[in-house]
Amino acid sequence: MDLFDASRWATTLAGMGDLWGGFLFTIEVSLAGLAVALVTGTLLGVMSSTENRALRVISRVYVEFFQNTPLVVQVFLFYSGVPQIFRALGHTGTPVRVAPFVLGVVGVGLYHAAYVSEVIRTGIEAVPKGQMEGAQSQGFSRVQAYRYIILPQTFKIILPPLANQALNLIKNTSVLALVAGGDLMYNADNLVSDSGFLQGYVLCCVMYFVICFPLALLIKWLERRSKQTPKAKPTPAAGVAKEA
Amino acid sequence: MDILSPTNLAFMMQGFWTTILISAASIVLSVILGTVLAMVKSYCTGRLKWLSALATAYIELFRCTPNLLWILIIRFTVQGDATLISILAFTVFTSAVMAEIVRGGLNAVPKGQFEAAHSQGFGFFATMRLVVLPQAFKMIVPALFSQCTTVIKDTSFLKAIDVHEFMRNSSVVMGSARGIEQILVLYGFILLTYFILNFAISLAVRSYQKRAVAV
Repeated sequence: MDLFDASRWATTLAGMGDLWGGFLFTIEVSLAGLAVALVTGTLLGVMSSTENRALRVISRVYVEFFQNTPLVVQVFLFYSGVPQIFRALGHTGTPVRVAPFVLGVVGVGLYHAAYVSEVIRTGIEAVPKGQMEGAQSQGFSRVQAYRYIILPQTFKIILPPLANQALNLIKNTSVLALVAGGDLMYNADNLVSDSGFLQGYVLCCVMYFVICFPLALLIKWLERRSKQTPKAKPTPAAGVAKEA
Repeated sequence: MDILSPTNLAFMMQGFWTTILISAASIVLSVILGTVLAMVKSYCTGRLKWLSALATAYIELFRCTPNLLWILIIRFTVQGDATLISILAFTVFTSAVMAEIVRGGLNAVPKGQFEAAHSQGFGFFATMRLVVLPQAFKMIVPALFSQCTTVIKDTSFLKAIDVHEFMRNSSVVMGSARGIEQILVLYGFILLTYFILNFAISLAVRSYQKRAVAV
């Protein structure tokens, strides 16, 4: 079978230098993208839970736009549309090219920020108001109440879905292979095109698995832990299920 | 300004129907395969434990690798019609996701339901079909439909292997766009088309959730 052909493996392994570069690039883009997604998403999530109607609307529009349109289209827009806009505005004479790293970070960062926002919003809404009132009636200051009562409950609820978003974000960095390149998927595809052997994809598969599987285990652990203490109110989804 | 000329629109809409076809077929097939995987993982015990381990390995493998990788691998290894290859790639990948969603539903069905069904003389398959699965599916409707949206959006990855779906056909049209205005109009059209489809699905889910709570 071709998959176990020693010479094909030898050729592929000899040419896998770029694959390591892509591996590191994918990890870097994922980490920076995750930072963008967490910061932007938390901001949007908090905005959607405020009393201010304008802030809520902005957050809602952002989330609906980014959740209901494909990442591929968004990234293409950033890649080819945005430089055109800059050129039309007269900032530069020639079209600017967005660097692959920036494109990847902004692309997956803004896309997953919409999902992070929903997770944060659900987390905030899941802790009942009575918890704060109860804590304050027991002499906790506001800060103490957040520190000891509210946030521990919120984190328990939001950590599993947040880790899940991180996993999806890593996988979605492969969108770069369609546009600017540089990432693991892109280099693996090049390797396969050059050699004509499937082996390059197998190596790529192993590398993604090495990055993602520890995270998948972490998600399992977080999920188990979040179910352990029944003190926190069940998440809205579970609540719906029970009432249905 | 005729980037959205009837010819271009017809060409893009042709791609849109391919997108719908691939998404719908993949979703139906992966719900079926995902349900089988979830049941194997949850209920194959004792002598059949190795089957459960196999299902777990399948689910973890696809959960930890990108969709695009499987599109490329299947394109590389399977010969045939581009649409069928796309459906195969998406089914293989999405089944693993669907399996985890269905398993969440299965876990949420109380144990007493199984015991009650058994005590009434139901066999395993009758229990599944008549008692457990209907309850499980009712609970996972939101997650299932949100996955449908993901599949529809991710079909745009098929541009990588030049399947004539909406994103690819729109990119061809994009090649003939001249000037910033035409480019922005076209991007607006592409985004709006995906948005309307996906937003309609999420509105439907929301109204279902409201009714489910009300009952």
